[in-house]
Amino acid sequence: MKCISKSFGATRALDNVHFDLKRGEVHALLGENGAGKSTLIKILSGAIRPTRGTMNLEGVKYSPASPLEGRKMGISVIYQELNLAPHMTVEENIMLGQEWRACGFLRRKKMREKVREMLRLVSHPEIAPDVPVKRLSVAARQIVEISRALLEKARILIMDEPTSSLSGEDRNRLFGLIKQLKGQGVSIVYISHFLEEVQQVADRFSVLRDGKNVGSGQMEEISLDRIIQLMVGKKVREVFPRLPHEVGPVALAAFKLRGKRMQAEVTLSLHRGEILGLAGLVGSGRTEFLRALFGLDACHEGVLRIGKEEIAMAGPRLRIDHGIGFLSEDRQGEGLAPSQSVADNLTLSRLAPYSRFGFLRLGLRNRAVERWVQRMKIKAQSPGQSILTLSGGNQQKVALARLLHQEARVLLLDEPTRGIDIISKLQVYQWMAELAAKGKAILFVSSYLPELLNVCDRIAVFYRGQLAEVRPASEWNDQSLTAAATTGRTSAALH
Amino acid sequence: MKSGSRFRFVANIVAPFLGLLLVILIFSLLPEVQDRFLRPGNFKSVATQSVIVALAALGMTFVIISGGIDLSVASNIALSSCIVAFIINAGLPPWLGILGGILTGSAIGLINGSLITSLRLVPFIITLGMLGIARGAAKWLAGNQKIDAPITWVNDLMARSPQPPWLLLAPGIWLMILLAAAMAVVLRFTVFGRHVFAIGSNEAAARLCGILTRRTKVIIYGLAGLFCGMSGVMQFSRLTVGDPTVAVGLELDIIAAVVIGGGSLSGGQGSILGSMIGVFIMAFLRNGSTMMGWPNYIQEIIIGIIIVVAVSLDQIRYRRET
Repeated sequence: MKCISKSFGATRALDNVHFDLKRGEVHALLGENGAGKSTLIKILSGAIRPTRGTMNLEGVKYSPASPLEGRKMGISVIYQELNLAPHMTVEENIMLGQEWRACGFLRRKKMREKVREMLRLVSHPEIAPDVPVKRLSVAARQIVEISRALLEKARILIMDEPTSSLSGEDRNRLFGLIKQLKGQGVSIVYISHFLEEVQQVADRFSVLRDGKNVGSGQMEEISLDRIIQLMVGKKVREVFPRLPHEVGPVALAAFKLRGKRMQAEVTLSLHRGEILGLAGLVGSGRTEFLRALFGLDACHEGVLRIGKEEIAMAGPRLRIDHGIGFLSEDRQGEGLAPSQSVADNLTLSRLAPYSRFGFLRLGLRNRAVERWVQRMKIKAQSPGQSILTLSGGNQQKVALARLLHQEARVLLLDEPTRGIDIISKLQVYQWMAELAAKGKAILFVSSYLPELLNVCDRIAVFYRGQLAEVRPASEWNDQSLTAAATTGRTSAALH
Repeated sequence: MKSGSRFRFVANIVAPFLGLLLVILIFSLLPEVQDRFLRPGNFKSVATQSVIVALAALGMTFVIISGGIDLSVASNIALSSCIVAFIINAGLPPWLGILGGILTGSAIGLINGSLITSLRLVPFIITLGMLGIARGAAKWLAGNQKIDAPITWVNDLMARSPQPPWLLLAPGIWLMILLAAAMAVVLRFTVFGRHVFAIGSNEAAARLCGILTRRTKVIIYGLAGLFCGMSGVMQFSRLTVGDPTVAVGLELDIIAAVVIGGGSLSGGQGSILGSMIGVFIMAFLRNGSTMMGWPNYIQEIIIGIIIVVAVSLDQIRYRRET
């Protein structure tokens, strides 16, 4: 099957990308976050239409108007759990939308047989057809989705990060199944950040970078190092302000700390006047670690010290009182109150200075907020302006100002520069440098390697829920960071 | 694990069923009401009283399983019952009145469904609006008073002693039983029923699997309206007049019945049998409390507590399961 070549116009999310997939092959689609992989599979599956370019499926022109049409043509995307109805059983999920019927009534016995046959076909006969899907493990849910796709006679399966939440054994079984499907003539587009797995399972690869196809070929003819080089590319140097700052005593120390949603315990300390970067893939456990530190998730194991004081595990209110501030990666959903004003968002975590007997002194607060708006160079007309009318960069500045307003001494920043313009970005770097110089401790989660490398004093890498390695920033580079984040080891990229 | 769904189904029904038995047991043990409460005649009158709520609860079960809500049911019942009275009062044959009532109810439901899917607004808002509109329309039609109607065979539908005595129960009760059985079959054994569950469980997934979610939703709300229309006919049969102010606040009883019976307001869960048990738990409570001479407010407090207890028990069980 020689299928797709397409190009893209205006948005340049994809720029003249060519992609072809042979029958019965596993084709790995690689690239960093934002390289255009998602856009490409969305076009393939029919979720969005390309601005330019054409696709061919088995020699016939293919332009699906919706994911449904794509599925009818035999192209299915397997996401983690998005597409299952949790309350319904395995059988009901597999047959959903293609129930066998007689006069509107379900042919339950026949369907049950068919489902058992499908589960045998994917070598998972142990999954019971009448168990509700919500009680299955993630691995089994994936099997249910694959079975459904096969029942629809899928010719192309697109697997988006299929192993990110699987254990070692489940992963191997999945690889076995992939091999089996390949043998049956099913083509698979395999997207993963875990390069060693990709090497194990894929026949060919394509690397995307900044919406461009920067390389493809046979998997066995290329080394991991070369792939990483292709993914990283040569990035333009940006200006990162640096201020001299002294690293002082320990501000925050986690000892064998494990929050409810963390996969492993983490021991890490953060010093006053230090910027400590946290690198890792999305879902590698960085955010969960931050949430545990801030008391958003309960911790049942480990010790947390702030300064020299050991603190009992309790909620965010107590953490704020201890001088910890947290900036969420999800600005709209969690970081800000979208329907409220700049003033409300800025002062929400510390209203005490403006309240008397529980009543807010709005005039006093407005004057204070105006000072903050000036100091942080926030482009807002008035403190009462709705936060939603600000640009992403200015919203982020308000969120940051809130941490400073609450007089946080330890700042936990989760992707503070995501989705904001370059000038706001530079301002954020500038503040981080200034704050560190003033002796504040900063934990900085980012998926953008250049900023980690240039802003941080030390960088810690998370891999599959574990803290893999901590080293001074000067000992890292693009390649070793990417290697550590994608393989858990640095050696892959060290020559 | 093997008979997982059957076990789950039984467990979902057993809990409300035990609740129902408990209510009956408590009143049968109270010496003041014991003998009167346990009389077959009393059970018959509880059943008669339940017909109106039960019919509407059938439709509501579909709506709630699909993850929606219909607040307009009580107003719809009132409007339909007024239409029946209006038509019979105009001298037209009674069967035309019944037909008119049922069609009115269905039309209201279909309008709800169409608005929800075409305006893409949450069902709560649309049906809250319809709650006012249908009630207002009923009052308008009735000229803000009751619509009198000559006594016809329609009033026998809810008679305490049915006309051909071999029926044993009023025709309304038989209708309730038959429709409940039919709807239970529709919900569990038809493609439509399965799609209702799928929409409530994960609407995005349902759409992706090629289920016509919008059309299914319109049918669901239309069905709810159809049952309200029948409920309205029964309401008229019982009152013998068309009263536009009847059944105020009844939508909450109807929703409560579904929820007590294991329906989840976030969709994907619920059953016809459960909802019917919910209806009867409330009906027996009212009946027993009235016999005890307990004032109305005590009944309201008890039912309020039951709703909270029933749903939280369900939640605890659910959390343990997952």
